[in-house]
Amino acid sequence: MQIIYTDVLVIGGGLAGQRAAIGAKRRGQEVIVLSLVPAKRSHSSAAQGGMQASLGNCLGGSGDNEDIHFTDTVRGSDWGADQDVVRMFTHTAPKAIRELAAWGVPWNRVQRGDRQITVNGEKQTITEKDEAHGLITSRNFGGTQKWRACYVADGTGHAMLYTMSNQAIAANIPVHERMEAIALIHQDGRCCGAIVRNLMTGELLAYVAKATCIATGGFGRIYRVSTNAIINEGMGAAIALETGIATLGNMEAIQFHPTGIFPAGILVTEGCRGDGGLLLDGSQHRFMPDYEPEKAELASRDVVSRRMEEHITAGHAAQSRFGEHLWLDIRLLGAQHINTKLREVKEICQYFLGVDPAHDLIPVRPAQHYSMGGVRTNHRGESPQLRGLFSAGESACWDMHGFNRLGGNSVAETVVAGMIVGESMADFCDSADGALNISTSLVEHFGKQQQQQLGIIADPAGNESAFALMKQMQETMTANVGIFRDEPRLQEAVTTLQDLQRRSRNIRLRSSAAGANPELVAAYRVQRMLKLAQCVAYGALQRNESRGAHFRADYPQRNDLDWMRRTLASWPDAEADLPTLNYEDLDIMRMEIPPGWRGYGARDYIDHPDTARRQQQIDTLLGELGPADRYQQQEAVMPFKQLLPEHLRGTNQRLGDEE
Amino acid sequence: MSAIPVQQVGRTLYIHILRHNPCDPLSEAHLQTFELEEADAMTLFIALNEIRENHDPSLQFDFVCRAGICGSCGMIINGRPGLACRTLTKDLPDNITLAPLPAFELIGDLSVNTGKWMRGMSEQLETWVHSQGLENADIDSLEQTMEPELAEQLYELERCIECGCCIAACGTALMREDFIGAVGLNQITRFQLDPRDQRSDAQFYQLVGDDSGVFGCMTLLGCEDMCPKQLPLATQIAFLRRRMAMV
Ligand SMILES: Cc1cc2nc3c(=O)[nH]c(=O)nc-3n(C[C@H](O)[C@H](O)[C@H](O)COP(=O)(O)OP(=O)(O)OC[C@H]3O[C@@H](n4cnc5c(N)ncnc54)[C@H](O)[C@@H]3O)c2cc1C
Repeated sequence: MQIIYTDVLVIGGGLAGQRAAIGAKRRGQEVIVLSLVPAKRSHSSAAQGGMQASLGNCLGGSGDNEDIHFTDTVRGSDWGADQDVVRMFTHTAPKAIRELAAWGVPWNRVQRGDRQITVNGEKQTITEKDEAHGLITSRNFGGTQKWRACYVADGTGHAMLYTMSNQAIAANIPVHERMEAIALIHQDGRCCGAIVRNLMTGELLAYVAKATCIATGGFGRIYRVSTNAIINEGMGAAIALETGIATLGNMEAIQFHPTGIFPAGILVTEGCRGDGGLLLDGSQHRFMPDYEPEKAELASRDVVSRRMEEHITAGHAAQSRFGEHLWLDIRLLGAQHINTKLREVKEICQYFLGVDPAHDLIPVRPAQHYSMGGVRTNHRGESPQLRGLFSAGESACWDMHGFNRLGGNSVAETVVAGMIVGESMADFCDSADGALNISTSLVEHFGKQQQQQLGIIADPAGNESAFALMKQMQETMTANVGIFRDEPRLQEAVTTLQDLQRRSRNIRLRSSAAGANPELVAAYRVQRMLKLAQCVAYGALQRNESRGAHFRADYPQRNDLDWMRRTLASWPDAEADLPTLNYEDLDIMRMEIPPGWRGYGARDYIDHPDTARRQQQIDTLLGELGPADRYQQQEAVMPFKQLLPEHLRGTNQRLGDEE
Repeated sequence: MSAIPVQQVGRTLYIHILRHNPCDPLSEAHLQTFELEEADAMTLFIALNEIRENHDPSLQFDFVCRAGICGSCGMIINGRPGLACRTLTKDLPDNITLAPLPAFELIGDLSVNTGKWMRGMSEQLETWVHSQGLENADIDSLEQTMEPELAEQLYELERCIECGCCIAACGTALMREDFIGAVGLNQITRFQLDPRDQRSDAQFYQLVGDDSGVFGCMTLLGCEDMCPKQLPLATQIAFLRRRMAMV
């Protein structure tokens, strides 16, 4: 088996992985990036609507700052997020976007003077300031108080990923494409790289590294209806789980996006509603204001998706030959706007639905969209259990999204996390802990183990089809672990997944094709995906409350008293048919914003006694501080700057700041 | 959410696929025909997966986003390069012939190594903003301004998804291995237009001012006709050629 040595191994060539790679490389580390596909085809390229950063340049964004972005994100998370991490994030996001602007992303810019916008179904004229002309502009998104999503038409992810990839090429970072990490190499609680399968030849090889970073994106494909790319199968999270040591955080926190086109599940961006689009029901009635008078279509995604399904269940759906759905109406935005700011949406409608959204309604229904959970790390991106293992981006749970992510916060997270975790890995490699003493026999051992497992799959004894098992898993997840959850359905999902997992040990391949063999790929992936699916289903079954996107019809209240806790799943016994769940407390007494009402969605929740105590403590702290600016006040309540790499601690300048 | 009832529309499709597995020394290129019932709203993405799942699990092809965004699934569809994921079978005749994109290294069946080709092109043309001090850019202060219209123009050129259709449709690219094609030339116009890129016209000329670049184009316009993103490729090449002639 060929062994390749490097300082830093980044598994994943999306925005998070490549930014982390660039950071580590700049610090003088040798870096290799692995990717299932050419890096520019990673799923980040599909992000459409925008990246949140509180620049506050355009009129809708004026007055925005880190504090408001922080509040929106914490509320969005339904108080599940780690507030230190959210602070680090909202402080670094403006820097991330400015760096990308310098690197070449053609962000849309503010045009001075009058322009027409659409709000609440009506046209308004607003006037952009002269001094903002040419600065980066932003659009409205759900769950935010300001227009904060910076964008490049509706190809934001594409533009970001191309710039990022090109900078990685400029930095001479090798990307080993069509290479799949299938196991982590580890010893005595120390990760030392990965066993990797070449998806062109089927060969196994080993990458040995001081620091290994999982940046493999989401795992939406455990569901049948998902907006995710078909490569989003969660193999990164799965191989971390299979160490039996590393943990996955909050796997039950799955986001469903309100506007997947029906029935294909392809996404049309939240920017459609942000720019003024409306949701209509079967009788073309705009129903969201009936449920959510405050934010209507622009409540957070978990709330809007639930309201949509509720409305469908109440008998108000539109019917098509594929089943029930609702409508997204962007006709009121006009052809000019759609042809420039929503052109990917227009293409998607044209090719997949045969409709022109400037004239026709778009059939939509919520679809699985995002995995808030993932490889549990600390605020530096390091696994607390497995030294030398790092994670960044959608695959990670350093936990800035809690139980619901805000639109536009993910691509922002990928870049911010890359900027921070790249530094963490370089620090680690340079430290005494970074030194690696690993024998080739250990590496060979892990390689042989994988070889053996692949051999068992290829053994003609079994009778199960990998493709059929995959379908059944996806059906089960979509039917039973969806937007509305309850004990009977979750229990059914857990039992079905246990059964599928058992059956997955008996897969029989019909093909023994030389090379990567797509059937073999499906077989070893479905075995691992079933474990991830079980972490989601079993975690959801245990969590007897509703928080963010995790909604239990049988426990509809958020329960801060019992559930200010993060789920940690591990799989210590490879033969077990359930993960081991542990819980980690979220300490309200350390929060900058103790739990409360989100400003949309349900108003009743079960309080924790610490909430009032902490609020009082904060009031006292601020009282004692006396007159102070917002930075000093924030620092008094929950200092966080010390957690950031030094070069990221500077104050963000904004238009209209006092010099 | 119940399963989506898929309505059969009754037509039988005959999908002829050019098969070859270079990893198998015994493999020879051949056409294999699969018969398939057409379903409502069927795309080639759905059809090919159905073939893999129900007829031949060894069939190789590439899909990632399946939404026409990532550029993975370029292939020759009844003689023309296009994105398979967003090609509806209802727009095609009963007989559908699929072949891998030419000009790229074959991985197997319909899967080709566009990634390697594109990375080579990027390295050769240095398709990134060249600017002093990028490593230490001040990211605390207000960003540099840019005219809104210019930003939109840049995005217009940046919409290229490096799918390889323009290369497969290009007479020169099929004859000259070193031709950078419309995809490369378009990138040059994109960076030349970008004020953040400090390269001079002479430096760009160095990169593309010969037959492997802008003077290799025979203006057959295949690239522009076949571009799934409808980029104005021929116009860009003509523009670049005029500009290069002045250097
Ligand atoms: C349709 C859609 C639209 C979206 N729009 C927005 C938006 O407008 N704004 C926003 O903020 N967010 C958006 N999101 C979310 C956002 O795009 C993603 O969360 C984010 O891009 C993930 O980036 P990443 O770098 O973590 O992972 P990805 O970009 O998914 O990259 C994962 C990488 O890992 C590699 N990989 C995976 N497994 C392995 C393995 N085993 N071995 C080797 N390599 C592996 C893959 O090849 C890939 O390179 C959207 C998501 C979807 C689905």
